[in-house]
Amino acid sequence: MSTTSVSKGCFVFKPNAKKKRSLTAEDYFTGCSGRAENSKVRFGICQNLWDRIKSETEALQDELNRNVLDSLLDLARKCSSTHRSSDWASKMRASEIPTAALVLGVNVPDHDMTFQSLSELLQQSVTPHVASVQANECATLKHLMKKVLEKLTGAVVDEEDDDEEETEQMSAQLHRSAHCSFSTLCDWYNTKTRKSSSGTPGKKRSSPSKDEPPRPPVVIIFKDLEAFNPKVLQNFILICSLYIERLPLMFIFGIATSPSTVQHMLPHSVSSLLCIELFQSLSCTQHLATVIDKLILTPQFPFKLNAKVMQVLISIFLYHDFSVRNFIKGVQLALLEHFHSRPLSVLCCEKKEAVQNLLQLSHQDLERVRQLPSFKRYVEELDRQEQVSLSSDDGHLKDVCLKLIKKLHKYHKNYYPVLRCLHTLTCSLPRYPLGKQIRELHLICLESNVWESEDYQSALKLLKMLAKDELISLLQKCAEILQAVKSKKMKRAFVQLEELLDKFKQLDTAAETVSSVEEIVTSPVRNLQKKTDLFQLQKTLLEMNESRRSKRLSPFEVLRNEALEFIEGLVKNHLFPPESQTLYEVCYYSSSATVRRHLNATPRTSVQAALSSPYYYIQNDKLKAEDGSVSNAAPDICIAYKLHLECGRLINLYDWLEAYSTVVSAAEGKDPDSEDFGKVDEVKHARFIRAVSELEFLGFIKSTKQKTDHVARLTWGGC
Amino acid sequence: MTSLLEQPGYDEEKLQMVAEQLLCREDQAGLLLSLMGQPQQYCYPSIFIYGHQASGKSHVMHVMLKELELPHAIISCVECVSSSLLFELVLFSFFGSEASSLLPRSPSLSDFVRIYRQQCLQAPATQTRYIVMEKAELLRDADANLLPALLRLQELDNVSVILLSEISWDKFRPNTGCFEPLLLHFPDYSKGDLHQILSQDSHPKYSDDFYSSYINILLGVFYTVCRDLRELRHLVRHTHTHTVKETDTHKLWRNIEPHLKKAMQTVYLREVSSVQWEQMQQMEEKEAGALRGLSAHTHVELPYYSKFLLVAAYLASYNPARTDRRFFLKHHGKIKKTNFLKKNEKTSNHLLGPKPFPLDRLLAIFYSVVDSRVAPTASIFSQISSLVTLQLLTQVSHDDQLDAPKYKCAVSLDFICAISRTVNFEIVKYLYDFL
Ligand SMILES: Nc1ncnc2c1ncn2[C@@H]1O[C@H](COP(=O)(O)OP(=O)(O)O)[C@@H](O)[C@H]1O
Ligand SMILES: [Mg+2]
Repeated sequence: MSTTSVSKGCFVFKPNAKKKRSLTAEDYFTGCSGRAENSKVRFGICQNLWDRIKSETEALQDELNRNVLDSLLDLARKCSSTHRSSDWASKMRASEIPTAALVLGVNVPDHDMTFQSLSELLQQSVTPHVASVQANECATLKHLMKKVLEKLTGAVVDEEDDDEEETEQMSAQLHRSAHCSFSTLCDWYNTKTRKSSSGTPGKKRSSPSKDEPPRPPVVIIFKDLEAFNPKVLQNFILICSLYIERLPLMFIFGIATSPSTVQHMLPHSVSSLLCIELFQSLSCTQHLATVIDKLILTPQFPFKLNAKVMQVLISIFLYHDFSVRNFIKGVQLALLEHFHSRPLSVLCCEKKEAVQNLLQLSHQDLERVRQLPSFKRYVEELDRQEQVSLSSDDGHLKDVCLKLIKKLHKYHKNYYPVLRCLHTLTCSLPRYPLGKQIRELHLICLESNVWESEDYQSALKLLKMLAKDELISLLQKCAEILQAVKSKKMKRAFVQLEELLDKFKQLDTAAETVSSVEEIVTSPVRNLQKKTDLFQLQKTLLEMNESRRSKRLSPFEVLRNEALEFIEGLVKNHLFPPESQTLYEVCYYSSSATVRRHLNATPRTSVQAALSSPYYYIQNDKLKAEDGSVSNAAPDICIAYKLHLECGRLINLYDWLEAYSTVVSAAEGKDPDSEDFGKVDEVKHARFIRAVSELEFLGFIKSTKQKTDHVARLTWGGC
Repeated sequence: MTSLLEQPGYDEEKLQMVAEQLLCREDQAGLLLSLMGQPQQYCYPSIFIYGHQASGKSHVMHVMLKELELPHAIISCVECVSSSLLFELVLFSFFGSEASSLLPRSPSLSDFVRIYRQQCLQAPATQTRYIVMEKAELLRDADANLLPALLRLQELDNVSVILLSEISWDKFRPNTGCFEPLLLHFPDYSKGDLHQILSQDSHPKYSDDFYSSYINILLGVFYTVCRDLRELRHLVRHTHTHTVKETDTHKLWRNIEPHLKKAMQTVYLREVSSVQWEQMQQMEEKEAGALRGLSAHTHVELPYYSKFLLVAAYLASYNPARTDRRFFLKHHGKIKKTNFLKKNEKTSNHLLGPKPFPLDRLLAIFYSVVDSRVAPTASIFSQISSLVTLQLLTQVSHDDQLDAPKYKCAVSLDFICAISRTVNFEIVKYLYDFL
């Protein structure tokens, strides 16, 4: 390249940015799976689905936080109005800083979204001056002040044209004065408010007392209160309280644990400067429940997770992080994996689209359909002729698949309402035989025929013991669920259920006549109390038992049994596990191991696996050794690792070197009888030292002073 | 009263104003005024004022300097994170922004002195300038030469430094010696003083007498627990809503006392914020009980393994390491209880507080208390660091030490009992202290 420079020197040329086209997500998606021509279609479906899931979950989160956010906004608004009033009360007010303690729960990764929407809402409707700070960027008071000032002054956008210059000036000034103080902030605030008020030229300063410029509050959000250094926070609050007269400050504390941390972190002299109000956000388990409800327990999204994958995701949530965001990330991973690795996932979309895509399927794809286990099972049931035509005639196969896909969609349409019905009936039973949360019931149903389980039987027994009005109200709830579904079968079920409910009501009107019958039935119990003789007692008890057995059921009991049979019929017709459905593989992602490996990594196990069986990582056939031993030709570190496993707590470096050298010589194919076999030459020595220091770096050994020329092992166990 | 505040060179009316605002501090104000002399006369180079919180130190200085319109700079040492900010603020308030912008990037004391001199030549002091340093005790942590220099700043020009502190001068004196400031003590306000000051800002609705008797009742309840003027003001503000209903001084006592008692447990401790307190006052008596204070919320929801990690950390912190074998080894048969319990070890570990433990021990205990097999995944380790950021654990070793980090458990016994109850783990059975 040439330059226009006259002088000699070194020039840096920036590579022309436009030449290199960076790979898009689509390129990665289609490129890697290669060949399969429908990968573009799959990418489209996947992208589309993910966008829908994302917007849905975001809307959901906003919806769930609405109450808390609204009351926070109210507080902010209030604090800007009270600052101006000058009656006796506000004169007496020890100038407290309004503070919102927002308790968010320990799922810290989720908080970002909440704070994001909080500051957006604040900026939209209350004040342009919002700064949110995080503990890790504010280790000292100086940093904290700097961050707050930068965020407040830097983020302000002016209506005027020269705003860029101004902010530059501002930042230049900030940088010049090396330490930013709150008085600069006050000046800045005053110019801001004055400017925005004089921006409307219509109003003249006729009444200066009334025409006071609006003073929007300056909100400072501490995202993770617990992580802040208490000393820094205390000093910062002290400083702020000095300026509260001049600057309408407001704090929002993001609290992950419990509100009492405020008292642990701030002494009374500091917390007395604050006027703390408590806000509790929705618990993360409730949040997850709604997300599952909207995302997973709905026929709306064709993409499904099988029981194992669901289990992995839920247990990561419950056991490890409580983070809804990570749960959704997990769903995203499963989604990507499904569409990326399964060519047949083209059929995993809305019915219309799926039908279209089905018609486009290539011969190769149809072969894949034939290989699906569920399809094979389906074929086995058919007669000989049909089997032949399915395996040879692509057109016929497409026709059959069309039917099967439609059937799968219908199955989903009916499955979820029935699941909800069963859940409403069982979720309040004592000891929750079918789970308290609907996701538990869903997992049971995904895995096996729910009606065959013992828990289901005991749930039914418990249902039979319900009082009449309890049962009726539960059935009414079920009817509401069924009513909302647009499917023929569910409509019919709804009608049936309504009829049953009507009968229950008629029962009420006939109740008077029944009560007299019951009188007779219950009378033996009353007689019982009079008898004291043991033999007599036993006799009457036996009689009672018998009479009960033979006794005709009361009309309520008859009706109750009818209702429960009806429910059982629904369950048996609609709640069979998806594995029973032909072509279910198209919609269900089932590789739980992949999800687990990606989301819940086990770094130590992988390092050990890499060291003890390098073949898995390097994929070199030479390294393939039987019975788990390491081949001689493995990388140096693997050999050193293998040898060190045979040692005790302290390893003699020289012995180790000798052993290493012997192994490596064997790998080089030297004659074991020759003189320099296993002799340590410089190269081997160097390689050994490198391997040892790599092991030290990985934390398997460390140097020790206990014994010369020895290193200490840091792990237990041998080969 | 006003006779105390007499000093030639000041406007009579202004002195009168000052005196009105400085109830019960006339002595101190008079003394200060006589030290200050006439505006153009030199004052004593440095004055050290000390007294407890809310004894009116800042109040007196603010009122005097403002009302008498003397050139001054009031600087809070909390705010001066570095001495350069201090220099800047002083120069700014005496000479304007041009002077403060002359300071180099990280100015030293001599830079400050140079610029101050230079500015003095251009604008010599016609009146004594005052620098008031609030919370002066923080100066002890600043550069070693700063405090001695401030005490002798008068050598530059007609300027005096007034230090306000809650700590007596004995705790200040640098061991290298320095110019001794003049010491001035502000004693605590007596009950009578407090009464007088609080009665001053009477509510426009009431007669002065009525308000005064109300303050009297309030002081009767609170004086034993709190003598801080600022806190008392806070209480006055939040209890006055009840007085509004009353007009009769005699009935007042009977009706107001229970409310004051309640206020003592809530507003005074800031268990309930002032706004919430107001809401409580408007609510019916019964509902008000439902509003719980800050410290009532101690429950924390944690993921399952985090709970066990915390339990393990608690055990590691409060059990001696040698007892781990007894608690967590299935077949610990040989260790007899007698030699395992050391006789001389009488002090409870709970009295001694949590002890640090290494990560290895935490994990070893964790794996033996958790009831299922747990893979050593990355998220187990990240949960430990989450617990540290949530301040449920504290890291004892330095952040940089990756090798064998040490932790301490930072939760209380009640807290850990509640946590272990949720996972059906009987922690008391595993604690050495409760054996
Ligand atoms: N003599 C007084 N008259 C009226 N108000 C006073 C008086 N002394 C103190 N105060 C008020 O009490 C509060 C605390 O006083 P302050 O001067 O800040 O105390 P210190 O600086 O000693 O901690 C201030 O709000 C102040 O207005
Ligand atoms: Mg003060």
